Amino acid sequence: MSLHCRHDRGTPARTSTQHVALRIDGIPVRVPAGTSVMHAAAEAGIDIPKLCATEQLEAFGSCRLCVVQVKDRRGYPASCTTLVEEGMEVTTENDALFRLRRGVMELYISDHPLDCLTCSANGNCELQDMAGRVGLREVRYADGDNHLAETADVSNPYFAYDPAKCIVCSRCVRACSEIQGTFALTTTERGFESRIAAAGGDDFLSSECVSCGACVAACPTAALMEKSVIELGQPQRSVTTTCAYCGVGCSLNAELQGEQVIRMVPDRKGGANHGHACVKGRFAWGYATHADRITTPMIRKSIRDPWQTVSWEEAIQYTASEFRRLQARYGAESVGSITSSRCSNEETYLVQKLTRAAFGVNNVDTCARVCHSPTGYGLKQTLGESAGTQDFDSVMQADVILVIGANPTDGHPVFGSRMKQRLRQGAKLIIADPRTIDLVDSPHVRAAHHLKLRPGTNVALVNALAHVVATEDLVDEAFVAARCEPEAFAKWRAFIADPRHSPEATEEISGVPAAEVRAAARLYATGGNAAIYYGLGVTEHSQGSTMVMGIANLAMATGNIGRPGVGVNPLRGQNNVQGSCDMGSFPHELPGYRHVSDDATRKLFESAWGVALSGEPGLRIPNMFDAAIAGSFKGLYVQGEDIVQSDPNTRHVTAAMESLECLVVQDLFLNETAKFAHVFLPGASFLEKDGTFTNAERRISRIRKVMRPLAAYADWEVTQMLANALGYPMHYTHPSEIMDEIARLTPTFHGVSYARLDELGSIQWPCNEAHPAGTPTMHVEAFVRGKGRFMLTEYVATDERASRRFPLLLTTGRILSQYNVGAQTRRTANTVWHPEDILELHPVDAEDRGIRDGDSVGVQSRAGETVLRARISERMQPGVVYTTFHWPGSGANVVTTENSDWATNCPEYKVTAVQVSRVEHPSVWQQQFARFSAEQMALLEAESKSKTAHAPV
Amino acid sequence: MTVRIFIPRDSSAVSVGAEAVAAAVAAEAARRGTPVDIVRNGSRGLYWLEPLVEVEVAGQRIAYGPVAPQDVPALFDAGWLRGGAHALRHGPCEDIPYLKRQARLTFARMGRTDPLSLDDYRAHGGLGGLARALAMPPGDIVGAVEASGLRGRGGAGFPTGIKWRTVLNAGSGRKYIVCNADEGDSGTFSDRMLMEGDPYCLIEGMLIAGLAVGADTGYIYLRSEYPDAWDVLGDAIINAMREGVLGDSVLGSGRRFVLNLVKGAGAYVCGEETSLLESIEGKRGLVRAKPPLPALQGLFGQPTVVNNVITLASVPWILAHGGAAYQAYGVGRSRGSLPFQLAGNLKRPGLVEVPFGATLRELLYDYGGGSASGRPIRAVQVGGPLGAYLPASRFDLPLDYEAFAAVGATVGHGGIVAFDDSVDMAKMARYAMEFCAIESCGKCTPCRIGSVRGVELLDGMLAGRTKPGNDDALLRDLCQTMLEGSLCAMGGMTPYPVLSALDHYPEDFGLAPKQEEASA
Repeated sequence: MSLHCRHDRGTPARTSTQHVALRIDGIPVRVPAGTSVMHAAAEAGIDIPKLCATEQLEAFGSCRLCVVQVKDRRGYPASCTTLVEEGMEVTTENDALFRLRRGVMELYISDHPLDCLTCSANGNCELQDMAGRVGLREVRYADGDNHLAETADVSNPYFAYDPAKCIVCSRCVRACSEIQGTFALTTTERGFESRIAAAGGDDFLSSECVSCGACVAACPTAALMEKSVIELGQPQRSVTTTCAYCGVGCSLNAELQGEQVIRMVPDRKGGANHGHACVKGRFAWGYATHADRITTPMIRKSIRDPWQTVSWEEAIQYTASEFRRLQARYGAESVGSITSSRCSNEETYLVQKLTRAAFGVNNVDTCARVCHSPTGYGLKQTLGESAGTQDFDSVMQADVILVIGANPTDGHPVFGSRMKQRLRQGAKLIIADPRTIDLVDSPHVRAAHHLKLRPGTNVALVNALAHVVATEDLVDEAFVAARCEPEAFAKWRAFIADPRHSPEATEEISGVPAAEVRAAARLYATGGNAAIYYGLGVTEHSQGSTMVMGIANLAMATGNIGRPGVGVNPLRGQNNVQGSCDMGSFPHELPGYRHVSDDATRKLFESAWGVALSGEPGLRIPNMFDAAIAGSFKGLYVQGEDIVQSDPNTRHVTAAMESLECLVVQDLFLNETAKFAHVFLPGASFLEKDGTFTNAERRISRIRKVMRPLAAYADWEVTQMLANALGYPMHYTHPSEIMDEIARLTPTFHGVSYARLDELGSIQWPCNEAHPAGTPTMHVEAFVRGKGRFMLTEYVATDERASRRFPLLLTTGRILSQYNVGAQTRRTANTVWHPEDILELHPVDAEDRGIRDGDSVGVQSRAGETVLRARISERMQPGVVYTTFHWPGSGANVVTTENSDWATNCPEYKVTAVQVSRVEHPSVWQQQFARFSAEQMALLEAESKSKTAHAPV
Repeated sequence: MTVRIFIPRDSSAVSVGAEAVAAAVAAEAARRGTPVDIVRNGSRGLYWLEPLVEVEVAGQRIAYGPVAPQDVPALFDAGWLRGGAHALRHGPCEDIPYLKRQARLTFARMGRTDPLSLDDYRAHGGLGGLARALAMPPGDIVGAVEASGLRGRGGAGFPTGIKWRTVLNAGSGRKYIVCNADEGDSGTFSDRMLMEGDPYCLIEGMLIAGLAVGADTGYIYLRSEYPDAWDVLGDAIINAMREGVLGDSVLGSGRRFVLNLVKGAGAYVCGEETSLLESIEGKRGLVRAKPPLPALQGLFGQPTVVNNVITLASVPWILAHGGAAYQAYGVGRSRGSLPFQLAGNLKRPGLVEVPFGATLRELLYDYGGGSASGRPIRAVQVGGPLGAYLPASRFDLPLDYEAFAAVGATVGHGGIVAFDDSVDMAKMARYAMEFCAIESCGKCTPCRIGSVRGVELLDGMLAGRTKPGNDDALLRDLCQTMLEGSLCAMGGMTPYPVLSALDHYPEDFGLAPKQEEASA
């Protein structure tokens, strides 16, 4: 139970056009039809005793504490399961109800330990509260059968299950089913022997449980309890903030003792998550105080030198002088910056401002380059705005859900759970993915169509879907006529109707049976509200931008845009990837996606910033690498990113890093990139600063400081110091002032301020005079660009194709328990679920190569080779292998190539031709990596003795 | 002409040797070179006479029973194929008073037919109700059931017509007919008899229910303890499909109805309609809170008629003869007849279908013949393990839902179990709590924990009853909590047998006799 559920109304709120009037204890109440008596009573300020009910879950009616009496009705109905009726007269307190409730509570306590004072839930236990509430004074049943001697299951690293404290209210089981949708929990046996159990294993850890923690939050006693609370006690205060992991952007309440986080509890008022979280957001925050944190600035002349701990002043002065030196010697364009999608909007804004105003160049790029840059490009071209069109809640109104190249239950688990809720209500699911991801067939969810395409053939597939729409009379003609450019549409219709795009013609390319494509297209076009959700499986291709446009074409052609339940929804990878793009992190765009060559925009910023700005786009990340190797790019400021681990073709990236004369890395840890750095500026975690993140649905949410920065400064303060040292003055005293500047200069942010965010909780941009409370659904009346524009999307096969030498296609991705390069999650207990990156391959491919489960296998591409352990899996299709990139030593990106999207240079991570064979030893690269890492750690060790170590929580 | 010999296949008859008798008859006939046609019929319900063999002589069926295999040669010798006299001969079966005095409406065909012969079924009036229903608009079918006054025979006695009307009015989407064949009450067997002995009657009733409410799919949820009924129903459904009674065009009407047979897994509580629905859906047999009523959100969330076997099997007669004809039987608000099941310590246990209004005494003594042991009947439990114990002073109570309810008792499913004066009522009360503890689904607290505490309290009382000092206050408090607080009838009715035992037989608990009984 969190600190925040004191006023739980017991059953979910209902919406209805009809309202019902009734009296509860004589108080008149009017509520929507379908509301429970319990909820209605809560609205009237009457808290009826309850244990099995919570507004997060549907009514269950098992505890029998919430009984009431209803006039002219016999018996004692449970108020949670009894719905309001017009004219009903309800009594919630009288002698009979008092006796009944006390009788029930006496039974509960007859099988519950009386160790309240030493119990971890002491002070925050619903059972304790209810026993007090109903006036239980003695338990007359002596020495009966009980469960008090049962032993606790402590297998999960984050929470413990103590059956002795379980009252079998089933809230955990229902939370697992209704909220999370994993159905891992169940009740075993029946009657008095009923016990909660995690299915599919001997204990929680080995079970199907995904450790989302919904059960822990739902538990009214100490039966399911965070180990941090068991160890440290109940939290004493709470600060609402935003998760720093994926693009779902869950609102979390950091529950604290002083500055110490005791637990993270998802906020029920959170617009993105409505009270749910996942194993990362809820539990994996221990990295913030991990002993590996570096909390003092360090410099060194050469990466072969030991690190020297220096003062902030010295580090900043050194950096400024180096950048000035480099610009003087190699020219202004020899330096640049990389902003972080993990830092706040304000920090990102400041880094691009620093780059443009203080460095005087447009050489700023962001990690979105390697993930969703095609989304920005493709959606801007077609719809007019570089962002998803819906809010997450929209999925609850979708009738057909098309998931392309995304794995929401791993990558965006909280949204994945929400999608599954809608699917369980009956929405139809189409999945386009080379792998059989969990959504294809999981408890109570099954895809109507799984279009199991070959990697690299997305555009052929989306064209085939569109071909069916165009040639089977499935176009929403009225929508297209009213909302889209007629000429572009006519051209597109003629283009797409060509037989070369038919499912029959593309079957050979994509490997998806034509009949399956036709059926899926018909379902998408005619099944009611149809919504597309896509991920990096769409963007990280040589035709990533083409595919995004193909998706937009499909949605426009079928009229599935501009209202709740439909739309084009990129599932953003990182917590603030949308925000970092919005904030002008691209070399060609100022904040708000305005091109640097646009004179009016440039003038606006020039007058605000007091400097002249270049109208020429700067270097993209891959250009920076190339220029570094070529010798013209010498200084790089990297905030909160680990390009060495995350960017493709690692050997190319490290060569670029080694060519730099001054690499400045600002991070929590000595990450892979920092091992090549000359200046290390300690970063601050999201717990240590104020700011905002913008999630995949354009929702701007506050992060709030819950502890002082371990290294004394928040990242924005460091950037500001650097600007001042470079002679460009910045005098912000709080991130809210940065947001005020952003709002002033960016039309889509005009209405945003910290005061407004505090008031509304969160805001989906555009937020301005036209949309003072933000914009959940975009393109409602018209497209942002006016008329929607159909784009021609010719399929062009990637150069990266299977050959005799490299007969398999490698595709990469991530898994639930780890996050991106793993800098955070690898420093938490999440590693128990994913201690290493694994190569998954189909049994046929394994057998061809004599590979057994668990064998070490070499994965070789034209870029490089690495060695991983193999897992044989029928989730794969023959010819396709898969791995993740969470562990640096895995070298997944040693294998990936520098191929990239034609429009945005987004790397083609999802297609690399490889060969796989059994080997005995790590690859040459891995051996070099191990040596280099050891060297670098030794160079760190030399200076780390004097540092304060922070014990992990 | 070959003589037809009827030997029941009913599992009660089989349990006392009907198979061996059938084999003996066949062997003896063969040995004598006398061809006979052995028909394996349902049971007549005269269980003290089982195996009851009937020999068809000149259109009359002469009853012999109980027949043991070793009696068979003598019966042949006695000329039973011509109705010859023998010590086991009871004359024409239908003239046996036990049977003759009954009003067999629902059980009209019982024992008279080959259960799996559709021709036999038709020849004995089967499918007449269905034929009429096919010609009626749905509202009129429901109207006929409403007019009959039929109430749910599973125990709750809810008016069937109202339930059907609710489902009929619940929109035009997918609906289901679910037959509750999880007959778990102790001392009851009417569902089993009907399913084994006249399965098409149940199928016809479900078809009519489907036509009435607009459902094209039915489920029979059969308890796993009835393997013979499982086999018979399975065969009957296949035959009915083959002959066009079930399927895409019921009797050529173009109306579809299909039936699914589902086997339970041994939980008593799955006889409770909502946990039964959960079980069919493949979930744990947990009771659902009501509302929503299954009539509105039942199986797979769709409007669903859930009726007991006997309720559904009563419908063909009602449709064939009209609601008024059925309504003419019975008393008060309890209309029609109920197939009572006599069991326990009785001389003549069996199936007695009589109109409501008969007294317990008539059933126990006129039909049942008093106790089998010859000792006085001390207590009777009516309506299964959750029914109250009735003392002799209540034997003149008319069998009528309202009259029983007025004294805290229940007619239930019509099971009557008699105990003579050797019964220990404190142990029976403990048994009630123990039964609840074993069978509770565990969802609600009063039932899950209360039943266990009840057993413990009664164990304490049993141990201490020889010494003074037993006190029933806490047990009565517990009963009150269970009665008022339980989610379903399992926990909510378990106090009935306990409280009735405490009230009527306090001396068995080491408590002082009640004032009026002490003075009596």
